[in-house]
Amino acid sequence: MVIKKSLIAFSLLVVNGISTLVFASPDIQHWQTSNGAGVYFVPSNDIPMVDVRVVFDAGSARDVEVGKNLSGTALMTNGLLAEGAAGDDAQVLAEKFEAVGASFGNGSLKDMAWLSVRSLRDDKYLQPALINLKNILSFPEFHKASFKRELERLKISVKAGKQSPSTIASLRFYAELYGEHPYSQPSQGTDESLKNLKLKHLKAFYKQFYVAKNAVVSIVGQLTTEEAKKMAEDLLADLSSGQRAKKLPAVKELSESKTIHIDFPSRQSSVLMGQVGMARGDADYYALYLANHAFGGSGFGSRLMHEVREKRGLAYSTYSYFSPMHAPGPFMIGLKTRNDQLDEAMGIIGVELNKYVEQGPGVGELEDSLKNITGGFPLRIDSNKKIVEYLSVIGFYDLPLDYLDTFVDSVNKQDKKKVDDALKRRIHPDKMLTVIVGAKN
Amino acid sequence: MILKKYSALFALAGLLAGVSACQTNPGTHLQTASGKAVQTASESSVSESGVYSFMLKNGLKVLVKPDHRSPVAVSQVWYKVGASYEYDGVTGVSHALEHMMFKGTENLKPGEFSEIIAANGGSENAFTGKDYTAYFQRISSDRLELCLKHEADRMRHLQLNEDEFKKEIEVIKEERRSRTDDKPTSLTYERFNAAAFINSSYQQPIIGWMEDLHSMRLEDLSQWYKTWYAPNNATLVVAGDVDPQQVKKWAEKYFGVLQPSDIAPPKPRREVEQMGERRIAVKVPAKVPYLLMGYKVPVLKSLMDKGENESDIYALEVLAGVLDGGDSSRLSQRLVREAEIATSAGAGYDPYARQQTLFLFDGSPRDGHSVKELEAAIKKQIVAIQNKPPSRQELDRVKAQVMASSVYEKDSVFYQAMQLGTLETVGVGWQKKDDYLKKIQQVTAEQVQAVAKKYLLDDSLTVAVLEPQPTDTTKPRSVRRATGGRRGH
Repeated sequence: MVIKKSLIAFSLLVVNGISTLVFASPDIQHWQTSNGAGVYFVPSNDIPMVDVRVVFDAGSARDVEVGKNLSGTALMTNGLLAEGAAGDDAQVLAEKFEAVGASFGNGSLKDMAWLSVRSLRDDKYLQPALINLKNILSFPEFHKASFKRELERLKISVKAGKQSPSTIASLRFYAELYGEHPYSQPSQGTDESLKNLKLKHLKAFYKQFYVAKNAVVSIVGQLTTEEAKKMAEDLLADLSSGQRAKKLPAVKELSESKTIHIDFPSRQSSVLMGQVGMARGDADYYALYLANHAFGGSGFGSRLMHEVREKRGLAYSTYSYFSPMHAPGPFMIGLKTRNDQLDEAMGIIGVELNKYVEQGPGVGELEDSLKNITGGFPLRIDSNKKIVEYLSVIGFYDLPLDYLDTFVDSVNKQDKKKVDDALKRRIHPDKMLTVIVGAKN
Repeated sequence: MILKKYSALFALAGLLAGVSACQTNPGTHLQTASGKAVQTASESSVSESGVYSFMLKNGLKVLVKPDHRSPVAVSQVWYKVGASYEYDGVTGVSHALEHMMFKGTENLKPGEFSEIIAANGGSENAFTGKDYTAYFQRISSDRLELCLKHEADRMRHLQLNEDEFKKEIEVIKEERRSRTDDKPTSLTYERFNAAAFINSSYQQPIIGWMEDLHSMRLEDLSQWYKTWYAPNNATLVVAGDVDPQQVKKWAEKYFGVLQPSDIAPPKPRREVEQMGERRIAVKVPAKVPYLLMGYKVPVLKSLMDKGENESDIYALEVLAGVLDGGDSSRLSQRLVREAEIATSAGAGYDPYARQQTLFLFDGSPRDGHSVKELEAAIKKQIVAIQNKPPSRQELDRVKAQVMASSVYEKDSVFYQAMQLGTLETVGVGWQKKDDYLKKIQQVTAEQVQAVAKKYLLDDSLTVAVLEPQPTDTTKPRSVRRATGGRRGH
């Protein structure tokens, strides 16, 4: 899962060193279902509703495990679940949710695949929605007709990606950066891989990865612990235990810089520049998180935005981020600028990156970032929707249960020396991949 | 389905078709310079849904929605000005001014407001629509006072600086390239909109035509600021972990000292009657064809102005729900899954605007089908509902979804504030939010059929088709392009 910004802690915070904010920490409860799925629950009683999110280690990084050149398998498998299950077709499944006002969601990225339901708490709405979700999870039918239809739609979506400079840039960036690693393949698949895809691949993928031991269930809502326990147990009862997906292969870093310029008839050039970044649980996580916040991770407060946009008016948006995933995700810098100012804008980014790695952030920049991260913490968990997504991340990546409680402290423990050191060791301006999509002169 | 809303409609219709503010009804927010038009100056009242409202002596409307679930607050200041207030040659000036509102006041240097908010852990931005320009902060609730203090400052004490403007207008052009010029579906929407409206200012892109951005001057912005930025042309909405009495005190302290202006309402520019279908093609480098169809329909405000029954508005909302309110709705079921003509198909309607707007359809055909076939298939669905009311089951489904949404929306303090600000600023009054659920529940199947018959007429239809041209750059072609989005800062 690609998350631009990372999570931060609950509980007692010292904000800005001025006032102490007592913030009721969501009480995360954790247990396992009898068939081995991890469950994470936060009771939330203010609104009569329930959010449930079931996440599987079944993203496109697993496509290679069903066969060669089959990217798109994970996405298609996830998408077909609600196209027919337990004797109901797509229409009936959708009606069953919508008749009780429940909203159903699903999706699949590189690491994670998920299904989610938001429902009213009243059992006359909640129970039918849960039964429907359970059927979709446990008894998908993978009909040939829906497979053909959804495959056609996916092909058009892949085609639409080819009219978007940002999409073209992103696909090429991952392909070049990750080479033989599964992260190199697009979740949506390619023209070639979608030609290879058969229904049997989806069935095999489902059988291997949609199993309890490979699942994390997150629940937030107006429920008691007992109710949540029963709910999670029932929901997954018909999934086999199975096995957890194996560890992803290691990622090879680039040994030298590489620049690719794709000619495209757009007004702007879309630029992505980066390298292999870090995985979840990396020892430098907090130092790099803080370093990135000040460099390009905090919008208007960031150095990139200041140098490129505010000082020179060269772009509407420019940013940088780490995507910590199971295997090291990328560190990426993004920019869009008018074709004829491409060299100037990239020159500035190059200079700033070099300077940042050499000298680190200024003391003021570091302080500002710490204040923003610490003081902004409550905003990150101010809704059930956000909390349920955070629970999924904690469960999926095996982060400690107190990960959130300790996040602000862990960030605050960083200082200039640690940040400078991490930057020097981890960011290599002389080994950057750059992908540009735009009209050449 | 794998691709829920691959269709661009909600990105476009929801955000761009936009909403508007009302100036046609004096009395509601026309204030004299002395503010005497407001008799009940500061008596606050609380509504059924827990919204506190009061007005300062200078005409600033204040709405407070306490919600103590989390120690956070949202502050939004909404101005009754946006792209639909603009005229030829200065399109985009509302949005350009919005950008410059971050560039310093008599008391703060450029960017300093943003720095203060960031240092206090807040996030902030702004957005411009057809009928509004709004500024917001999300922040830990013990820092709310800071937001009010500095919002009040820039309401009357902005310093427009030529050097900052020269850079910022280039940033805005980059924004336009990125949001519109390099996005074939956005570009199609912009041209579609310009073709659909004949004299209404809704034909103008929010971000402005590139030509107008090239010729925009700082004087255009300072004139705009003088004309529209005053307490009696604004609404402050505060939601979250706040005490209404405290908000009132701060509002009086910071905003209360500001002078009101004489605000002349914009010219009505109500759309003339359309007399037959309008149709355009947009040929740009692209890969996937795209269809947009729009029928002229009233909005809540236009019916209120005429003193007509508002039930049509809610019936149109339900009609949109029957056609495209989820995966079980008709367009997904019949066009995507059964006929397999569309790879995506959507319908949308936004009743909250100053003036009549469009009931929209959009979609892309499957390979092997043409845009023409897709258009015919959509029209077939329109005829079907004109000939026969929706089923009981369909109606119940839409109503259940609306009822559930009214609970789910409580999960977002920001969204609740958005709703209040929008309704107030387009001139229907924030209280209409309290009616919504009840009015939807009252809609009958026959009313849905009736509005489909009354409004979805061939003679009031506009159609735009994106006709993809090669993206291969070895075949150069000159393409002139343009579009607009609501968006900020």
